[in-house]
Amino acid sequence: MRANFVASEVSSGIRRNLTMTMAVIITVAVSLGLFGASMLVRAQVSTMKDFWYDKVEVSIFLCGKGSDTPSCAGGPVTGAQRDQIKADLDSLKPLVDSVYYESQAEAFARFQEQFKNSPIVDNVKPTALPESFRVKLSDPTKYDVVASAFAGRPGIEQVNDQRKILDKFFQLLGGLQLIALLIALSMLVVTVLLIANTMRVAAFSRRRETSIMRLVGASNFYIQLPFLLEAAVAAGIGAILAVVGLVFVKIIVIDQVLAQSFQFTAFVGWDAVLAIAPLMILVGVGLAAIAAFFTLRKYLRV
Amino acid sequence: MILLDRVTKLYANQERPALDEVSLEIEKGEFVFLVGPSGSGKSTFLRLVLREERPTKGQVWVAGKELNRLSNWKIPALRRQIGTVFQDFRLLPNKTVAENVAFALEVIGKPAAHIRKVVPEVLEVVGLEGKEERRPDELSGGEQQRVAIARAFVNRPILLIADEPTGNLDPGTSVGIMKLLDRINQLGTTVVMSTHDQAIVDQMRRRVIELEGGHVVRDQSRGVYGYAR
Ligand SMILES: Nc1ncnc2c1ncn2[C@@H]1O[C@H](COP(=O)(O)OP(=O)(O)OP(=O)(O)O)[C@@H](O)[C@H]1O
Ligand SMILES: [Mg+2]
Repeated sequence: MRANFVASEVSSGIRRNLTMTMAVIITVAVSLGLFGASMLVRAQVSTMKDFWYDKVEVSIFLCGKGSDTPSCAGGPVTGAQRDQIKADLDSLKPLVDSVYYESQAEAFARFQEQFKNSPIVDNVKPTALPESFRVKLSDPTKYDVVASAFAGRPGIEQVNDQRKILDKFFQLLGGLQLIALLIALSMLVVTVLLIANTMRVAAFSRRRETSIMRLVGASNFYIQLPFLLEAAVAAGIGAILAVVGLVFVKIIVIDQVLAQSFQFTAFVGWDAVLAIAPLMILVGVGLAAIAAFFTLRKYLRV
Repeated sequence: MILLDRVTKLYANQERPALDEVSLEIEKGEFVFLVGPSGSGKSTFLRLVLREERPTKGQVWVAGKELNRLSNWKIPALRRQIGTVFQDFRLLPNKTVAENVAFALEVIGKPAAHIRKVVPEVLEVVGLEGKEERRPDELSGGEQQRVAIARAFVNRPILLIADEPTGNLDPGTSVGIMKLLDRINQLGTTVVMSTHDQAIVDQMRRRVIELEGGHVVRDQSRGVYGYAR
């Protein structure tokens, strides 16, 4: 293997084709950057899911004075009913992780705290808020088990799952991530086409050399290596730029801006970045390989 | 060295075959002229031997190998045994004489030390000592063809294929090139050369194979360009 010779062929090839090589580098960087960003959003959604699903509860509201659902026809919940519900909840362990009873007075205190700057507080009487059991599940996705056991039971006004509200939010985020991914994928297709075209131009500008190489019996490997390396170098630089961009987003956008402004939620950590970066490089190399495979087969046969 | 067994070559979209049921044999060490009118199939024959084209029918044997059965990855090994020279020289304009010759060895992975040794030797054989650092546009046509012959010969091929090597040269220069090819032949390399140059063929008195319309119409040892017509 004549490493010097190959290196000088590659660098002269890149210099000869400088504008195209720049275009490849930038396109690879942008498309991989988008791809990485969409993966980051995905990781963010899953981080937030972990964070929030851990905190969500199933609320079982008990009948009060003004309740008018059919299950409250018997008037406010009785002490016996309340004890029975508590006992039944306890029997659902280990699915039920913990049960917390919130009385009307506690509910009112929390309400006052939550809306302390709002005039609405003055219009709400302590008895207007229902007492409830706050149930924490070990597996928040098994909400239905609790709902079917308790919904509609005498003394229970309503069973509420906070997770449903979160799900809507996450669906929105998931949709955004999908759109980003689709844009990234179409950019990746553009990138493959651009790399293929660049190699075609390079093959054309080197056609004298390659025709002589063929005649004197150079192997396919030798003939194609300069083109492969040119594409690999360009795609590699693009991929590195994209990874640098991703790290930049993590440090500046996530850690310094978002995490400071939205302290109530969790953000993706470095483990996600560490998982995504190799994937980006792999996709970049794969793109160059796909483009090279088809182009070289077409234009550089022995 | 070369054996064609009822070889037919029909190019795509062509009605008449470029070669039609051609059978012939060329022995090791021979010097063969391939003559015939334009379009008679001379270049096609040479391309078949190089495995640049494949026959539509029949078998082509070169250096003991049947080329139809030669897998793609073995083609380079075949071509390393064959030197090629063309009418248009096919030199790389941005490389010097020495670099042009060295290129043929670099791309088949020969070690640098070997290249440093054999390139000056072969340039001496073709009579270009002292012009190693010139570029092709600083050479005459005859000198450029000598560079091409040096490149074809530097790896000591067993077979040299020349497609109208003197086609772009004046008669005086052509004689020099022919002397060089004759010398290479005497060093043991089989030479097959297509030409339209009557004077050269008549002067050398070597084997002449004449093609016409894809058929061998004459095969003469010590022949001349054409019958007295
Ligand atoms: N690549 C090709 N595709 C189609 N037809 C071709 C091709 N190459 C040659 N031919 C045809 O094959 C026939 C033989 O061509 P070839 O080049 O072998 O002739 P030649 O004897 O070398 O002619 P010349 O003396 O002009 O070089 C011609 O009719 C030519 O038109
Ligand atoms: Mg010809």
